Amino acid sequence: MTLNFLVICLISLGVYSFLFGRYRIRKVTQQVSVKQHSRDVYHATFLAACATIVPLIVLIVWSSLSPLVLNGLLEVQLQNMVGAATVGEMGVLIAQTKAFSAGLLNPAFVSDDVKQAASYYESLQAASDTGRALLVLAIGLVGLAFGSRFLTVRFTARHWVERLATWLMIGASVIAILTTIGIVLSLVFETIRFFDSVSVTEFLFGLHWSPQIAIRADQAGSSGSFGAIPLFAGTLMITLIAMVVAVPVGLMSAIYLSEYATPRLRNIAKPTIEVLAGIPTVVYGFFAALVLAPLLRDGGSDIGLTVSSESALAAGLVMGTMIIPFISSLSDDVINAVPQNLRDGAAALGATRSETITQVVLPAALPGIVSAVLLAISRAIGETMIVVMAAGVAANLTANPFESVTTVTVQIVMLLVGDQEFDSAKTLAAFALGLLLFIITLGLNILALYVVNKYREQYD
Amino acid sequence: MTDRGPQKNDPIRAARQAQRLKKRYRKERRFRAFGMSAVLLATGILAFLMTSIVYTSIPAFTHHNLTLDVTIIAEEVDILRDDQGLVTNVDANWLGFVRTALRDSFPEVTSRRDKRDLYKLLSIGAPDAVRDAVQADPNLIGQTIQVRLPLSDDIDLVMKGLIDRNLPETDRLVSDRELAWLDKFIAEQRVSENFAIQLFANGDSREPEMAGLKGALMGSLLTMLVTLLISFPLGVLAAVYLQEMAPKNRLTQIIEVNINNLAAVPSIVFGLLGLAVFISFFQLPRSAPLVGGMVLALMTLPTIIIATRASLASVPPSIRQAAMGVGASRLQVIMHHVLPLAMPGILTGTIIGLAQAAGETAPLLMIGMMAFIVDTPTDVTSKATVLPAQIYMWANNPERAFVARTSAGIVVLLSFLLLVNGLAIYFRKRFEKRW
Repeated sequence: MTLNFLVICLISLGVYSFLFGRYRIRKVTQQVSVKQHSRDVYHATFLAACATIVPLIVLIVWSSLSPLVLNGLLEVQLQNMVGAATVGEMGVLIAQTKAFSAGLLNPAFVSDDVKQAASYYESLQAASDTGRALLVLAIGLVGLAFGSRFLTVRFTARHWVERLATWLMIGASVIAILTTIGIVLSLVFETIRFFDSVSVTEFLFGLHWSPQIAIRADQAGSSGSFGAIPLFAGTLMITLIAMVVAVPVGLMSAIYLSEYATPRLRNIAKPTIEVLAGIPTVVYGFFAALVLAPLLRDGGSDIGLTVSSESALAAGLVMGTMIIPFISSLSDDVINAVPQNLRDGAAALGATRSETITQVVLPAALPGIVSAVLLAISRAIGETMIVVMAAGVAANLTANPFESVTTVTVQIVMLLVGDQEFDSAKTLAAFALGLLLFIITLGLNILALYVVNKYREQYD
Repeated sequence: MTDRGPQKNDPIRAARQAQRLKKRYRKERRFRAFGMSAVLLATGILAFLMTSIVYTSIPAFTHHNLTLDVTIIAEEVDILRDDQGLVTNVDANWLGFVRTALRDSFPEVTSRRDKRDLYKLLSIGAPDAVRDAVQADPNLIGQTIQVRLPLSDDIDLVMKGLIDRNLPETDRLVSDRELAWLDKFIAEQRVSENFAIQLFANGDSREPEMAGLKGALMGSLLTMLVTLLISFPLGVLAAVYLQEMAPKNRLTQIIEVNINNLAAVPSIVFGLLGLAVFISFFQLPRSAPLVGGMVLALMTLPTIIIATRASLASVPPSIRQAAMGVGASRLQVIMHHVLPLAMPGILTGTIIGLAQAAGETAPLLMIGMMAFIVDTPTDVTSKATVLPAQIYMWANNPERAFVARTSAGIVVLLSFLLLVNGLAIYFRKRFEKRW
């Protein structure tokens, strides 16, 4: 039985239980003169929950674990048939078997072993699907029978339903924690495996990054080197360029819009600037790579500069543009939060508007602005598409913004896109970089929060 | 001026003071001009970005076609009929028909190499156009019909003026001979410019003129569906719990801090999570909208939770108290009164979160949703790509015509986002209550 059909069956079972529960409780109530504790709908919901919740959990668990089990069984079977094989060969065989049973491979090009294994795999799959369907429906029916015994007049169905709803809500809230745990565990786990083959000091302080691992042992340049300093330097440079653009422009536009602009201009300009934040990053990447980079290259050669067509400058400038609205709307909020009587006081002392802003408003808003900049830096470090499309791939350790540099996120993408096996240091390096990225951005966010909490002035 | 003002009897001091004041006013004007130019710069960049993309995209919305007289030789067409004798499928060497028609237009072209160049005038999609015409009307078999065939991308660029005819032959992609053939067709008024229906009707292709967004649009739709189905219920449930029911204890505090931190985690990290957990551990299929939707759902969850909580918090306590006063249980208060009143804000937040997810690329690259996929995905486990990933792939293509194609993809994506965000603003304006 396919998954779709099973889900439809389960939904029908739920609907049936709901209707049956309502019918049943009405009938039960008619026979006695006692007042019902809960309204009909709660009884019906209770019964529907009894019939569907456990089967649904079984369905999800079975469906997510069965590929694992099937894979394991298939591997054992193949091992029995083919004999000893390396991990790589085994992977190829398993992939072939699966592709063949999905009908993607021409039978003429497939060995008999694989054909046999494929039919075995198909029988396993069929057995798993049938087992799943039977189990799920059986549990559902048992639940229905079990639940319907409770439907009596004084049964506190509402309490049960509300308790269930509360647990559902708690479960949904816990998903957020599970996500974080999932992120940390998956990153840490793979990173530890990475550090089995590459030392921590080489990774953190090495000056050379070339993650190509040779296929044959005797190949030239066979040992990949994983010194991440060039990546950090590249990330830092692009982030710096982005901040040089975003901080003045974002901050000044926030100041102008909140202190000088007429309400009408503000109502038009603020949403317009915020449109910049809604543009997908792939669009910025395209703009940087195909519009700005050629422009900079040609402009550079006109004045005698060699600007690489994947220069850090193009990526940084466009990334700065992306971050402008981020800084401007956060700063706008903190500037507006500075109480008016501080401005009035400064004006009463004879300060001009700009003097009021630079000497009174900005110092008062400084913690908020610093935290906005920190958040913007964390955003810039984690930004991927712009640099993947506009920055380079080769890891140059340079301080020249006209040259091509690469960043942490670019390397993660380059290491993971395309075919990959989960054991090579190359793939695992991406997870180590990801962990680093996660820690740095998390640290910046915590720092931003700390700055606001520690230095914020209370004006009430 | 009062008696503390500039003293008239000290001209030097007064002059100095006036000068200082002038300087301060100058500074004030300068500061103001800085602010104004920052706003202008930000909006100017936006305008430049939009115009440059829209401008480069324009050529992609039309394509030049060649109207040729193609003879469909009846003996060479296989016709498949169903039980009632209706034609279900036709099969033939359509490419052969097209080539014959081209050769007939230029009888003087005889050598193999010349013929090959002649064939290159037309797109590889040309035979499909003939097949579609015949399939639509099987009575055409055996006749000579006029079919509109797409020209190849380079010829199309020549027609649009994007390849300069005046360049020396070695510097342009199209040879003089090809131009001569093209000119003859133009003189016969066989070349026409039409709306490029391929852009929306086709899946991906290696040939720019045949590449379309249909597969990517469908993939985006399926992915968004999965994201919505997961993140909306989970997000609303979690937000209701945290805002309305949760006791103020250690656990809820941890959850709150957690959600705020998750909102700031770089999107690519969610991709790594998807790769390690969904694909590597649970063995879910690569490139599938199911996995993409799950990853994006985890990413949008914080956005939805934060928006929902803000919306719930804006419902005044008097509503809750009134409901409690008539004997509603806590859950009834929330389900019957608070949640319906907060719904517009929740929907706005959800739409904005989904729009963000719809433009997201990086995490989807990690889980393989940038594969070259020609077919349109039909369900959430089939291989698919999404609109932003399609744009990324096209942007990496070296062919000239793909630049316009990519821009057109971006225009489609941006219009979609504009529409969706407009919807969110409409919701907010239409249903929002001020208390």
